[in-house]
Amino acid sequence: MGIEVNGKTLETDEEGYLASLSDWEPAVAGVMAEIDDCELSENHWEVINFLREYYEEYQIAPAVRVLTKAIGKKLGKDKGNSKYLYELYPYGPAKQACKYAGLPKPTGCV
Amino acid sequence: MAAKKPEFETPVIDHDQLVPALARGALQHSQPFVAKPEIQEGIGFPGELVDNWQRVAVDKLGELVGKSRGLQVYLDSCVKCGACTDKCHYFLGTGDPNNMPVARQDLLRKVYRRYYTLPGKYLPWLVGAQDMTEEVLDEWYRYFHQCSQCRRCSVYCPYGIDTAEVSMAAREIMDTVGKGQKYCNEIIGKVHKLGNNLGLPEPALADTLEGLEEDVEEETGVSVAFPLDVKGADVLLVTPSADFFAEPHIDGLIGYAKVFHQAGLSWTISSHASEAANFGLFIGSYDNMQKVALRIREAALELGVKRIVFGECGHAWRVAYSFLNTLAGPFDFLDPRYPVPQHIIEVTHDLMKRGALTLDAEANDDKRVTFHDSCNVARASRMGNHAGGQFSLPREVISSVCNHYYDMPANTIGEATFCCGGGGGLLTDDLVELRVKGAMPRMQAFSEVTERHGITHLAAICAICKSQFSKVLPYYGFEMDQVVSVHQLVGDALQLGSPE
Repeated sequence: MGIEVNGKTLETDEEGYLASLSDWEPAVAGVMAEIDDCELSENHWEVINFLREYYEEYQIAPAVRVLTKAIGKKLGKDKGNSKYLYELYPYGPAKQACKYAGLPKPTGCV
Repeated sequence: MAAKKPEFETPVIDHDQLVPALARGALQHSQPFVAKPEIQEGIGFPGELVDNWQRVAVDKLGELVGKSRGLQVYLDSCVKCGACTDKCHYFLGTGDPNNMPVARQDLLRKVYRRYYTLPGKYLPWLVGAQDMTEEVLDEWYRYFHQCSQCRRCSVYCPYGIDTAEVSMAAREIMDTVGKGQKYCNEIIGKVHKLGNNLGLPEPALADTLEGLEEDVEEETGVSVAFPLDVKGADVLLVTPSADFFAEPHIDGLIGYAKVFHQAGLSWTISSHASEAANFGLFIGSYDNMQKVALRIREAALELGVKRIVFGECGHAWRVAYSFLNTLAGPFDFLDPRYPVPQHIIEVTHDLMKRGALTLDAEANDDKRVTFHDSCNVARASRMGNHAGGQFSLPREVISSVCNHYYDMPANTIGEATFCCGGGGGLLTDDLVELRVKGAMPRMQAFSEVTERHGITHLAAICAICKSQFSKVLPYYGFEMDQVVSVHQLVGDALQLGSPE
């Protein structure tokens, strides 16, 4: 399986996550969002950027609580809650936003 | 943006409906992703279907039956009485007759009969015996991944047939021939490599715990520690890694920390054994289950703790309570005055009884609560020192911190509890239709108690149940945040600071 981004075919797994982290570029998020009928706003990008920064440091996506806290600091307290994140990413902020950010899917009892 | 509409219909909750109409093949299409070769090989199985897989499968079945007298009895003794047929949540939610426990287990039983019973060898057509074929393997893969090994059917079986054991055997045979399930097997590989299901490395765990210390201090003004890898601590807390990551799990972790803090117990989490879950159980693999369990022993020895306490995780408690000593014992280096292992509910319950915690149940007056008994706790373990303690202790804990507690109908709780719909290694997005439909009986009971008592929250003591309910509650018209950790309720009612 794969997705077409800027003329290149990038390999993805069964659920649409990038097979290789290093394949990611900002356009990847846009293409994946289009598949889900989603239009990426600046606020979506705040989440994606934070996930990528965190992943770079810790090799894992942040806990939902860490993410909500960070987004609350950036976008205002009223947006620092999981309800808002689920509005942005209805398939679940951890899973859907990780996918757009090119990160692997969080596994386990989550 | 709105989530795309699901490609299936959520069952309608009908309080009068006891048994669904049969819908042959209703979930014939449901099967989880198959594990890739590197995942399979990482946990000791062939990467893909081996050449002579029929022979290997039949031999493995013979080996399992030879090793486990129990399994043989379960395969031999079913008389098709039908008592189990309407007891499985997946049957009740889908109407697929292959999800009647007797029919599902017969998918394996017919192969057993063909190769290991006299009539099956000579007169297979007379006794419903069948060759191990590709079609059979495919059916196994579909329907043994539609059993959450919850063992509700076993409660009603007059012969006490443990159907979960049959499902585990089927999954082990499939792994042995090279056809494993991606979700479970990828996770087991992560535990071997990184110590937990999430794949959470030590620095990330340390950062998360530090963040929680800040949050709790900000919220309560009290400095509550979340210690990691502290040598010489008294208590090693082994908890599902979802407690470090997901909601509402993490609020439960905060609750445990507050209890330890207030009781003055020295405790620690281990980065080496940063996972209570043991998915080796789900795939019936003793080797993997033991390897996962041994991490806990290693961590306990390395840190020099005196007690091992398990956090809120259903099947982990089954493995811990029933098998830990045989898998990773003896634990003679721990303090003999405490049970090995102990459940966090037992710790909190004991402290409450002794008056060591100051509780203000009014803190939870905004909630009307019911409790979901997790299947592995309910039917495969115990708490406290009396029969049924696994039912009474959690309820006593909740009732001590909530003024409004009500049970769901009696035939849906206690040992008759319904699975959340996501247990047994099925908590994965590729099985979401199965999970939503299988949740129907629990949602039916929850909706009944909601109508009768105005229930607002569903409390649980299992990471899988919590994630599953967060996912499926909205399908049934509820809110995802109506599920809470029992220790979140405890933590919110606990008065921190010096006792007056």
